[in-house]
Amino acid sequence: MVAIYHYDDADRTLVRERVAQFRDQVDRRLSGALTEEEFRPLRLMNGLYLQLHAYMLRVAIPYGTVSADQMRVLAAIARRYDRDYGHFTTRQNIQFNWIKLEETPDLLHDLAQVDMHAIQTSGNVIRNVTADHYAGAAADELDDSRIYAEIIRQWSTLHPEFSFLPRKFKIAVTASATDRAALKVHDIGVRLHERDGAPGFEVMVGGGQGRTPMIAKTIRDFLPEHDLLSYLEAILRVYNRQGRRDNKYKARIKILVHDLGAAAFAAKVEAEWAEIKDGPLGLPEAEVARIRHHFQPPAFRDLDAPNSLHVAKARIDPAFARWLRINTHAHKQPGYAIVDVSLKPVGGIPGDATADQMDALADIAAQYSFDEIRVTHTQNLVLPHVEEGALHAVWQALGRHGLATPNVGLASDIISCPGMDYCSLATARSIPIAQAISTRLADLDAQEDLGVLGIKISGCINACGHHHVGHIGILGLEKNGQEYYQLTLGGDPGADASLGEVIGKSFSAGGIVDAVEKITVAYRALRTPGEAFIDAYRRLGPAPFKETLYAAA
Amino acid sequence: MTTQVVSANRLDNGRVVYLAPSGQWIGALSEAEVAHDATAAESLLHRAATAIIDRLIVGPYLISVTAATGRPQAERLREQIRATGPTVAPAHHDRAA
Ligand code: HEM
Ligand code: SF4
Repeated sequence: MVAIYHYDDADRTLVRERVAQFRDQVDRRLSGALTEEEFRPLRLMNGLYLQLHAYMLRVAIPYGTVSADQMRVLAAIARRYDRDYGHFTTRQNIQFNWIKLEETPDLLHDLAQVDMHAIQTSGNVIRNVTADHYAGAAADELDDSRIYAEIIRQWSTLHPEFSFLPRKFKIAVTASATDRAALKVHDIGVRLHERDGAPGFEVMVGGGQGRTPMIAKTIRDFLPEHDLLSYLEAILRVYNRQGRRDNKYKARIKILVHDLGAAAFAAKVEAEWAEIKDGPLGLPEAEVARIRHHFQPPAFRDLDAPNSLHVAKARIDPAFARWLRINTHAHKQPGYAIVDVSLKPVGGIPGDATADQMDALADIAAQYSFDEIRVTHTQNLVLPHVEEGALHAVWQALGRHGLATPNVGLASDIISCPGMDYCSLATARSIPIAQAISTRLADLDAQEDLGVLGIKISGCINACGHHHVGHIGILGLEKNGQEYYQLTLGGDPGADASLGEVIGKSFSAGGIVDAVEKITVAYRALRTPGEAFIDAYRRLGPAPFKETLYAAA
Repeated sequence: MTTQVVSANRLDNGRVVYLAPSGQWIGALSEAEVAHDATAAESLLHRAATAIIDRLIVGPYLISVTAATGRPQAERLREQIRATGPTVAPAHHDRAA
């Protein structure tokens, strides 16, 4: 059995009814019974946007977990309804770029066959809940964060009180000391930890990116498991009542938390919570156990004597050795590894995968990873449970499909939003910049020497490309019809999150690539042995980097 | 007053279209009807409003073009990209092409 939440009949009925309802709405739109003004909110509720070139459909992948069968359906959809590819996003979703309105009901019907949908991927609701992409596999985790993400998903799906929030609302969950889900730039970040052997949550509120980036504030250090939903409900109620509806740009919860101050906001939440904490939202242990049952670990083999085939192979094949070093991660089960699948080939489009690649991944996951695939917020994929003895075969299989670029976490593992090549809100292109930078910094030895370096690019201030939390962040803007790019340094999405600072005047499309390269050169010269870029930046501040970029200019 | 054409997306499939002198909504910007003054632009928008009622298009708006060669070309990058598609080729396409 795949460790994935299995829909019960109620979930299934809901999704199917929604498809039938949308089919009817599309018919009425095409026949003229509905105007665009009437129809637009209905299509957005089903994840269908109108973008630069066509309709775009955003499909929810709850906490980034996809089965091999679901991936095959995504591939089939790419072939049948799109142009043979899809785009994996920083919200662990997938977007299809070339969708026809008239075909969307059939597409949603195909998705529903594998329990997938596009509900709550748009609009002022609680969006797809994201989680640690290594959940259920990472050696350093306390628990499987998807259990709590799923509990939150069930509570938030079609929640009647919260279907017209002041603005969209994003929740992320982790259950390990390492933050792989960028908790502190979410409306709510929930981190499971332990106190005296009992599980509880740190609750962070009011983070976000967009035009007013903010780091979330912790308003509760330790919330008992039982109280998770009642406490979230209290936060949402305070926000729903007091969040600003008069100004779209001030409507996110981050503004409310900022304006009130975290302590005052927390006091309001506590007051609200006092009223409901003993009510029906209490989370009984039995319910947690029921959900946990859906996330049973797969049937791992007992591998007490680890198979060291991969170690021997790595000794004679440096390319394989490099991939092992960079694209695999410690698993909690002895003899297994987590495999990162890079969707960032040199010069490629970050996050794009072709239908053939999706099918290949489904096959590889079926053969080697208990049918499971994950989508990461860094726009890569993961095979969460691979036996170490199979790593060489997996590497070869991935390599045949261009999926074994050994760069996860390195400079060419760039996050980029679609930018002006696809997005109607863009002020500049972002993909070509990502392509030019990954080409410029392609040398793998040099990248490994640079170490962990997150370059993140957005095509407008909405910051879908996470540039505020890029070690090197790039924001595409427009002035007098020209694209230009603002550079920020020192952002970080992790447990010690920070927002990047604008470093100086902006660059042209060509100039930004040179600028990024100059920063890497300066960092190499300035670092102490073993010091990561972000640590060097925090120690040195912007001055030496400014000097490299703007001196003698 | 710049020269303008009217653009929109088709309702049924979302594709980018322009109003042609024939009254058809077509994919080629180069064949679109060009308005050289405010009255002509107004008339383009008027005909677009009819096309909305006829459920052909959504979201019509005027875009600035240069028509020095007689064939309109979009002024702004955004409209150039709408007219000719993404400037980046997806992975399975030959990038040199
Ligand atoms: C197709 C078109 C898209 C549209 C129209 C769109 C729209 C927006 C808008 C308006 C915001 C700002 C919200 C705010 O500040 O209140 C935003 C934020 C964001 N979007 Fe998108 N987006 C699009 C595509 C994407 C893609 C492809 C991704 C993932 C790669 C993405 C992920 C995000 C993230 C992570 C944020 C920032 C987090 C936050 O909400 O504060 N979006 N988007
Ligand atoms: S950051 Fe701007 S350009 Fe990029 S996807 Fe988001 S809205 Fe579009």
